[in-house]
Amino acid sequence: MNSGMAEKILKYLDENNEVNTLKLASILNEDHQKIIGTLKSIQAHGDLVVAEPINEKNIELTEEGKLVARQGSHEANIYKAVPEAGIAQSELMKLSNGKVGFSKAMSNGWIFVDKSVNPPVIKKKVPDIKDIAQEHLQQIEAGNHSSITDKEKAEYKKRKLIQEIVIKSFLLKKGPEFSTTLTKLETDLTSDMLLSGNWKDLKFKEYNFDALGVPPVTGCLHPLLKVRTEFRQIFLEMGFSEMPTNNYVENSFWNFDALFQPQQHPARDAHDTFFISDPQFSYTFPEDYLSRVQSVHSKGGYGSQGYRYDWDLKEAQKNLLRTHTTAVSARMLYKLAQQKEFRPVKWFSIDKVFRNETLDATHLAEFHQVEGVIADYNLTLGDLIGVFTEFFKKLGITELEFKPAYNPYTEPSMEIFCFHPGLGKWIEIGNSGMFRPEMLLPMRLPENVRAIAWGLSLERPTMIKYGFNNIRDLTGPKVDLEMVQRSPICRLDK
Amino acid sequence: MPTINVKRDLLFKSLGKVYTDEEFQKVCFEFGLELDEVTTEKQMITKEQGEDCQLTQGASEEIIYRIDIPANRYDLLCLEGLVLGLQIFQGRLQPPNFMAIKNESGFSPTHFTVTKNVNSIRPFVDKLHQNICRKRSLVAIGTHDYDTLEGPFTYDAKPPSEIKFVPLNQNKEFTAEELMTFYGSHAQLKQYLPIIKDSPVYPVITDSKGVVLSLPPIINGDHSKITLNTKNVLIECTATDLTKATIVLDTIVCMFSQYCKDKYKAETVQIKYSKSKSFVYPELRYRNEKVSLKKANGLVGIKQNGADIAKLLSKMSLKSEFSGGDEIKVTIPPTRHDVMHACDIYEDVAIAYGYNNIERTLPKTNTIGEQLPLNKLSDLLRYPIAEAGFTEALTFTLCARDDISTKLGLASIKDVPAVHISNPKTLEFQVCRTTLLPGILKTLSANKKLPLPIKLFEISDVVLKDSNAVFVYKKKPWFTESLCEMVRKKKGLYRKYKKSGNEIDLNNYKELKSVINKSVKLGKQAYMEQMMGDEYLKVGARNERRICAVNCNKNAGFEIVHGLLDRIMLLLEVPWSQKKDNTGYYLKATNDPAYFPGRCAEIIYNGSSIGKVGVLHPEVLIKFEVNNPCSALEFSIEPFV
Repeated sequence: MNSGMAEKILKYLDENNEVNTLKLASILNEDHQKIIGTLKSIQAHGDLVVAEPINEKNIELTEEGKLVARQGSHEANIYKAVPEAGIAQSELMKLSNGKVGFSKAMSNGWIFVDKSVNPPVIKKKVPDIKDIAQEHLQQIEAGNHSSITDKEKAEYKKRKLIQEIVIKSFLLKKGPEFSTTLTKLETDLTSDMLLSGNWKDLKFKEYNFDALGVPPVTGCLHPLLKVRTEFRQIFLEMGFSEMPTNNYVENSFWNFDALFQPQQHPARDAHDTFFISDPQFSYTFPEDYLSRVQSVHSKGGYGSQGYRYDWDLKEAQKNLLRTHTTAVSARMLYKLAQQKEFRPVKWFSIDKVFRNETLDATHLAEFHQVEGVIADYNLTLGDLIGVFTEFFKKLGITELEFKPAYNPYTEPSMEIFCFHPGLGKWIEIGNSGMFRPEMLLPMRLPENVRAIAWGLSLERPTMIKYGFNNIRDLTGPKVDLEMVQRSPICRLDK
Repeated sequence: MPTINVKRDLLFKSLGKVYTDEEFQKVCFEFGLELDEVTTEKQMITKEQGEDCQLTQGASEEIIYRIDIPANRYDLLCLEGLVLGLQIFQGRLQPPNFMAIKNESGFSPTHFTVTKNVNSIRPFVDKLHQNICRKRSLVAIGTHDYDTLEGPFTYDAKPPSEIKFVPLNQNKEFTAEELMTFYGSHAQLKQYLPIIKDSPVYPVITDSKGVVLSLPPIINGDHSKITLNTKNVLIECTATDLTKATIVLDTIVCMFSQYCKDKYKAETVQIKYSKSKSFVYPELRYRNEKVSLKKANGLVGIKQNGADIAKLLSKMSLKSEFSGGDEIKVTIPPTRHDVMHACDIYEDVAIAYGYNNIERTLPKTNTIGEQLPLNKLSDLLRYPIAEAGFTEALTFTLCARDDISTKLGLASIKDVPAVHISNPKTLEFQVCRTTLLPGILKTLSANKKLPLPIKLFEISDVVLKDSNAVFVYKKKPWFTESLCEMVRKKKGLYRKYKKSGNEIDLNNYKELKSVINKSVKLGKQAYMEQMMGDEYLKVGARNERRICAVNCNKNAGFEIVHGLLDRIMLLLEVPWSQKKDNTGYYLKATNDPAYFPGRCAEIIYNGSSIGKVGVLHPEVLIKFEVNNPCSALEFSIEPFV
């Protein structure tokens, strides 16, 4: 703040009692905006002055008007360009603003078209003219337009030679706390003030509570991973243990064959699955189990008809990027079956899976799968539905319906639908089922052990929860970090 | 999941009942179908071809239901099957008895009569082609007007130049060779050509007069095409998989048989492979299964009596009878090849009972939750790194080869232990990342508008090709190289003994033999133990969990990421090893083409390198389109688990 200027203003006001800021600007020979700025800072010190806002309408020249004031009106220029012998109209039109000037000069009766010759030419009609428009505009430019009628002004306005402007200024008067000097107002409480104790005598500037504070410098966690944390928490609360899913490269055996997914199944096409060229094959499998899997596919067994086709080891050896974390569940269940005594388990995992899909707003080549598995004696379909009900309740979803579905490795299979109040409709949120005996029995799990499992993507509920329409706005290197920094804490049940 | 289009009015007429869209959606839902879309032919064309397309002119405005069918229910892929299934489900119809009957004359196939317009069956054929037939590569189906042909028929394979016929809906003869070119640009057919194109001989079906019925799996002949006047239909089905061919033929025959004069009956054909080997198709075999009442109730979680369970199953087209005790006899019709196991029958009990009517219970399973230690550590580290002012990025595992090689200053991808994708659809998915750095740099590049400094981090997995994880496949994997060497030596000793008859050679041989036997026993035991452990995971590649952090500012600020490293080590209770010994961590200058010369160090933890920290090389920044200097930190956190 320029306190010198403030004091000049206050001194002038002391001597003259009242003044308009515009006038003050010309007296002090300062820019009007600067005067206004100083006024604001004076006001911040208290009621020293009263400022009445004044809106004054004024007129000023447009760029075109300034041109006319300098070089004469377009019509006068046309008139001056007409020689005694006359001139072709097309020549006149070449002048700048020729068209406007020509029609105006015609209507003023300054020039006429002599059609007696062929082609017709333009000639002067009067010997002399007076460029009133130019004179008027020069007067307006000089700030003296009392002699110009409103009608004339309206005409110039229509011709876009002048424009109306509103000048905002203030009429300043002495206020109740008027003084010719400013006491310095403190902006903040400082340690020096505490030390000296002079905070008791100081005047503090009024604080503006209507502005935002300074955003803290902070790192932020990614919203999708915040949701992942919440999901992990829910599983842990429900007594589930986390499966080791840190193996993205898997072979077809565990990803498909062990799950009783036949070798010609469409999911095993290159269209849907990323196969690996290096390292292309896996070579170590539990031999006995492998032959039992081969047999259940090609010949059936364990009460099953089987798919009855020639099962090919080479197909099972093919390495791929796992298409689901169920491949890990299969490995875990196999391991469980090898233990001397069966013990019931509840497992979960949340990790990346890969699909060679066509990408769009809701599909990426990699996404996170949430999976839950329970294996115990004599589990029922009602148990599976009951577990979901509790699981989704923790996500804040209470309205659930279950639709029969097909999945090669679960039977019965169900799709889980929930009612989305925002969208006003039922949407599919997950898939589930009981693992088929053709999958569990070759592992040598006890016959009355049943395993129920469900899966959903982490991205979909996150997108619904936070209102994302495009998955690329949520994950990947193209995300807007500001979005990450602004994302709220995650409470799925809120 | 296949989707079929059915005309709504025709569907309701066949069902004998009119529904609102919502009511029908509900019926579908309970039965495991999904009313995907309510549309018209015109809308569908508009959606595909755009608004002011000439194709929409004359397109029907009749309401069409698009219905999603579960992939294993081949019997519901046409209007006929869908209506039959739904009516039985609603208890308005009893499951029909499909029958294969012999004709009198024995060898050549005879007739069954088609009484109605069969055009509506075409889409079904198409849907089956797309579904179980795997785009005709496994099974191909042809239907013919039997009365235009004269049996017996021959299914042969001939060189393409020798096959000549008028294909369906054409008026000119083509050789099979010419057809390959002719259909090369055909919107639907071109996709099937590669199935046989490069074979020296093509499969062909002809009648006794040499009339070509079809060139499976491409096209039928025009001669025997089905018209509105067709009375007798011959169905042929060619395949590379007999099980699938049987399923397809049974399904097609059952669906056609609804239009037969003797409803649900079809005549058989004898297929002779050689003089001694011949089969009769279609089988239309009904299979009988016995399932346990207790298990059905137990698995679903309901308490129904035997008669009720049988009634529920009949609703699912499975005729069932409760014979007292615990036993329910279930007859599986030839339309339900999806029923492979008792569990499929239990599922049908649950569907018929209604999934949403089952009482929701909680399993009695009592377990204690536990986090995976690696994930627990990762999650715990994310908070203090964010607290230190770094924002979390989430980038892709898949990337381009350049991203992890040439863009990081390496000469070639061959220098990187990367896992390669064989079938990427775009350059973005060629390899799995071996470092987290490229993803973070791409994130930086996409966020240039943010004020500096930008500090990013990610804790995630990279994938490394790990040749140690590859075993050579053998029948007896415990035979190691040294053991094989010993076996060779043993054979040599035996030969030597045979030649010399020397006792010493024999003793040496016996001694070695016992050593080998002992080694085999131990090796086998170790292998078995390994199999029980995690070693059977091996696929030739492994994940590694890493932390990567980058500071991007007007100056590179090595000390910022270095400070973060010190902070993380402090939190992990790892001391700074000033003496550079085997306890704690320290930095050791190194060179890496991704980093500025003289500004890169290895992070040594307990004597071994776990990662790097340094100022990124300007060439790297240019390649990733980052305009400001960066310092970076990347190391594995697995040693700290």
